[in-house]
Amino acid sequence: MANTDNKFKNPSGHTLSLSREQAVELFIPVVAVLIALVLGALLILFIGKSPLTAYGALLKGSFGSKRDIAETLINVTPLIFTGLSVAFSFKCGLFNIGAEGQFIMGQIVAAWIGFSLTGLPTVIHMPLAFLAGALAGALWAALPGYLKAKLGVHEVINTIMMNYIALYFSHYLVMGALKEPGPIPQTPPVVEAARLWRILPGTRLHFGLILALGAVWLVYYLLFKTTLGYEIRAVGINPHAARYGGINVSRDIIIAMSISGALSGAAGAVQALGVQFRFLDLFGFVGYGFDGIAVALLGRNHPFGVLIAATLFGTLARGAITMQSIAKIPKQIIGIIQATIVIIVAADEVLRRILKSKSVATQDVVEAGEVGSDGD
Amino acid sequence: MPGAVLHMQRCLASVERGFLTLKESIGDPVVEMRDITVKFPGVIANDNVSVDVYSGEILALLGENGAGKTTLMNVLYGLYRPDAGRIRIHGEQVQINTPNDAIRLGIGMVHQHFMLIPPFTVAENIVLGVEPVNAAGKLDMDKAIRDVEELSNQYGLVVDPRANIDDISVGMQQRVEILKALYRGAEVLILDEPTAVLTPQEVDELAAIMRSLVHQGKSIIFITHKLREVIAISDRVAVLRRGKCVGTGETKNTTAEELAQMMVGREVVLSLEKEPAKPGDTVLRVENLHARSGRNLPALRGVFFDVKAGEIVGIAGIEGNGQSELVETLTGLRKSTSGHIYVNGIDVAHNQPRALIEQGVAHIPEDRQNRGLILDFTVAENFILRNYYKSPFARGINLDYRKVQAHARDLISEFDVRTPHENIPVRSLSGGNQQKVVVARELSSEPKLLIASQPTRGLDVGAIEFVHKRLLAQRDQGKAILLVSLELDEIMSLSDRILVIYEGQIVGEMAASEATEGELGLLMAGGHGKRGLDTERSERSGQYGQQIQEPLRTHVKPIS
Amino acid sequence: METNLADVTIYIALVVSTLRMATPLILAGLGGVFSERSGVVNIALEGIMLIAAFMGMLISHFTRAPWLGVLAAVASGAAIAALHAVVCIKYKSNQVVSGTAINLFSVGFTGFMLRKVFEHAGQSPPVPKVADWTIPLIEKIPVIGAMIGKHTPFVYLSLIAVIISNFVLFKTKLGLRIRAVGEHPKAAETVGVDVFAIRYLCVLLSGALAGLAGASLSLGFLSQFRENMTGGRGFIALAAMIFGKWTPYGTLRACLLFGFADALQILSQTLGLTFIPTDFLLMAPYILTMAALAGIIGRSVPPAASGIPYERQK
Repeated sequence: MANTDNKFKNPSGHTLSLSREQAVELFIPVVAVLIALVLGALLILFIGKSPLTAYGALLKGSFGSKRDIAETLINVTPLIFTGLSVAFSFKCGLFNIGAEGQFIMGQIVAAWIGFSLTGLPTVIHMPLAFLAGALAGALWAALPGYLKAKLGVHEVINTIMMNYIALYFSHYLVMGALKEPGPIPQTPPVVEAARLWRILPGTRLHFGLILALGAVWLVYYLLFKTTLGYEIRAVGINPHAARYGGINVSRDIIIAMSISGALSGAAGAVQALGVQFRFLDLFGFVGYGFDGIAVALLGRNHPFGVLIAATLFGTLARGAITMQSIAKIPKQIIGIIQATIVIIVAADEVLRRILKSKSVATQDVVEAGEVGSDGD
Repeated sequence: MPGAVLHMQRCLASVERGFLTLKESIGDPVVEMRDITVKFPGVIANDNVSVDVYSGEILALLGENGAGKTTLMNVLYGLYRPDAGRIRIHGEQVQINTPNDAIRLGIGMVHQHFMLIPPFTVAENIVLGVEPVNAAGKLDMDKAIRDVEELSNQYGLVVDPRANIDDISVGMQQRVEILKALYRGAEVLILDEPTAVLTPQEVDELAAIMRSLVHQGKSIIFITHKLREVIAISDRVAVLRRGKCVGTGETKNTTAEELAQMMVGREVVLSLEKEPAKPGDTVLRVENLHARSGRNLPALRGVFFDVKAGEIVGIAGIEGNGQSELVETLTGLRKSTSGHIYVNGIDVAHNQPRALIEQGVAHIPEDRQNRGLILDFTVAENFILRNYYKSPFARGINLDYRKVQAHARDLISEFDVRTPHENIPVRSLSGGNQQKVVVARELSSEPKLLIASQPTRGLDVGAIEFVHKRLLAQRDQGKAILLVSLELDEIMSLSDRILVIYEGQIVGEMAASEATEGELGLLMAGGHGKRGLDTERSERSGQYGQQIQEPLRTHVKPIS
Repeated sequence: METNLADVTIYIALVVSTLRMATPLILAGLGGVFSERSGVVNIALEGIMLIAAFMGMLISHFTRAPWLGVLAAVASGAAIAALHAVVCIKYKSNQVVSGTAINLFSVGFTGFMLRKVFEHAGQSPPVPKVADWTIPLIEKIPVIGAMIGKHTPFVYLSLIAVIISNFVLFKTKLGLRIRAVGEHPKAAETVGVDVFAIRYLCVLLSGALAGLAGASLSLGFLSQFRENMTGGRGFIALAAMIFGKWTPYGTLRACLLFGFADALQILSQTLGLTFIPTDFLLMAPYILTMAALAGIIGRSVPPAASGIPYERQK
């Protein structure tokens, strides 16, 4: 059953032969992206424009200049964090749909620490503000985690509720205790010492990207190289077996939600400390949290997959603005493409069946062999 | 031995001879199932089985777990399509593809796990799918309640139509299930292990209900593995063993030990060479242990026993008599309600699983796919499920995958696990090799006590032999082993001492060398008990309790 | 402050505002009740409302017939729900993921179409909206008449929908089967109930109701479409459904409570309620819902099979 033509490195560092099923697994996201891009092209044709011009403009907008590339990467950065956040929760069998709220809490707390403390050196103030944002996100997620672990309340509804509570709570803070004097509902600016370093001269690209890449590695390491990651994955796949193995399932659920929340909080923190340098009043959700769900799904909940998916979505989002201004194509088309990708990846059973039916002959042989070898 | 089976008609012959005579005496069969064969991947669940049911009789379908009883009845109820065979109802050949077909043909089934909707009322559950409506199209619950009351009076099935299922006893829930079938006009009722979830009092009530139903012309097929119920309740009995019908005939012409023999079979699958045990110190002592089942019913009702180093103690019993709860309680997966568990003299009754692992308790769980293994983890990862947090695998927060893999390669070769390498998901291994992974993991942990629950379920002969040899080797190294199995052969060939569990209590204990299948079979079926059971039974009044005592008592004699 | 509170118009404004805020919640919440009662989680209500609000506006714009717009809104709501149903019921995908995808899609789709059709971002031009209904007699009663005598039809439709939904769910055989399928689909199937058919029906119905809710926004209370005009109402509707313990009347009560909190927030200046931060009034529905789920205020327990795809037997 092993197909030795396809090789890839598995998490534990060993070369593996890729089974047909695994190949299909990797194939699905690629097919989903292609289908969505084709659908996007059809929509562009529908409004009487040329898809080539449009996608050309999109690429130009994303990668046309040093500044464009930097702006694209600025877009990608929070998506990496929120994508990792959602993926991490999925790995523990949880659905953190509350990344949006954790993002908000991370953003406002990082901004608060960033403007309220003065006189600290950068090496202390910047990490402090960043970590405070992550901690705020962690706490915001820990409550639904606790309710799930101890009372069995499904985390989906609670994290949705927490999103709105965060939205209004941040509004309350930015209109009151944390408001900068003056007419605009926003916090005072983050002091210089708390701001993330610019890492590409002449652009706004900031150190948050490095932190995001660090987070990819950290999540990968945590999930696949540590005992905690082993536990969390075990709980996510089969909590009964995890319990049999002596794992404290409730504790791990709370930990996993907290880590997931910390990653979303970190996304908010890098926006506050690297892009906006303050917290601006929100009139609705910014969407990085919800996009994180799409990123995690497309990235198959693997940190490296998340990195690729975040790059794709961040590129699309950045390029869409140019596409709109140059090719006069509504940037919302990107939302449609993104949603299409999610629904195809979600309904992967459809693709699986199509892919299967195309190779019924070979598949039959394999299945017959498998059934025969299984004693159950 | 065939001479002992005088009263039973062999199935193969029954088509020509046995049933002809029965037909004359009882009339035409309501249901005729002929040459039914059902194949599942790797298993033939029913192999050319023929069974008839006559009007106004209770037919017991007797057999061990996995003998194919429920499969056969699922065919009759339209849940499975047979690979071969035919079914006639009132002499007419029929196709039963769905439960709806079966219902139309007057067949009703009460599943072992009730199909009731907990927040609904009794009446709502009974009429669901065939609801009465008034002229305006509104659900007529008043009529539903009247109908249920009428039906309930007619058959003596006492229920409260307005009560919620949540709030009524299991016995009443079962009556609701029976009424559900009767409401749909069932003439033939299939009851799948109806007594498994009932208290003895409720069993008596059920027996009376069944009598009343057949008295009013219904036929009942009654799936069971409890001998005394067959003797007490049924008119005729058909015995299934390993998918084949091995006998059928009138209950009054047979005896409990004859049925026990047919059910268990004579063939010895394995013979193991083993030295006599040299028991050492007591490793596990269980005192007056009580625990409740997932349905919150008493599952362990005062269990006492001990296991010494260097011996295998086998727990024989029919499924559902508290074995699963016993194993879960001993391994920290289920809370005991009272009593003590001593491992090496330390009371561990309230310990979490991890603490028991630390005490040196290894556990081969009965459900390897849902509990013993994480199927999507690699073979190597599964090998460390119960000690991943310890050296040498864990170093601080890190998991040393090189050590993990080296460990896996060692175990793969030592236990001969057939896998291309250690980094593939354990899901892709065969059932036998999956079990080898579990066994290898548990034995390699150098346990003081090994609790093996159904360690060979679903394995082929080679794998069974492998597991058995390993267990014996552990015993000879001085480990204490508690073996829980539904396979009597396994218990008898491996154990040094045998305990029989029945309704949450140990009802018999004997040296394996002195045990006979017949005696064990009777104990397992609640035939007679050495500890506690007799006194308890005699305290209970009720027709069923008395009925079952008599026939079994008279027939208890050694089989040789 | 005292003069304000003595002024009857304040109370009229409070009731009118509560009803206005509650109406889309009630309609969408009923949609949630049907879907979840049959065992399918529908967090796509938000997106369905948004698309329906857009489609309703679009058809009303072109036909100048607002009721045709309403019809289009209902039909488009059902159509999007049909997608959710197929993905969740037939292909057994994660219901939350499917709902999330639809929500993402709705924002992109409506924004895209708004630019495509009107070459304008943000909002559509004004379109004909459905005329208000006046209730004869009641309209004439002082105060009460001003409170409930004259409203957009959606207000009355939502109340009628509550009564009908309650009747269907608890007084008809269809309702019994819907509830059975959401609690224990296998048991329902063994007595011949078609689990899949019931679930498709309920999800479509939930889409139609959410569609009506969307129409109430763009053709009832306003006469135009605005980007993201649902503003999370689909999620508040879900919260109301939970707080109302998955029953139509419970959902109605929860929506009125949430609508009242919203009305208080809007009128807090006039009412002199400035000592309560308006944001806390806005948060109240979510906090109450979490408390209800956690069992702090009368435990809310979802239908047992909600969110679990059903596999037919062999």
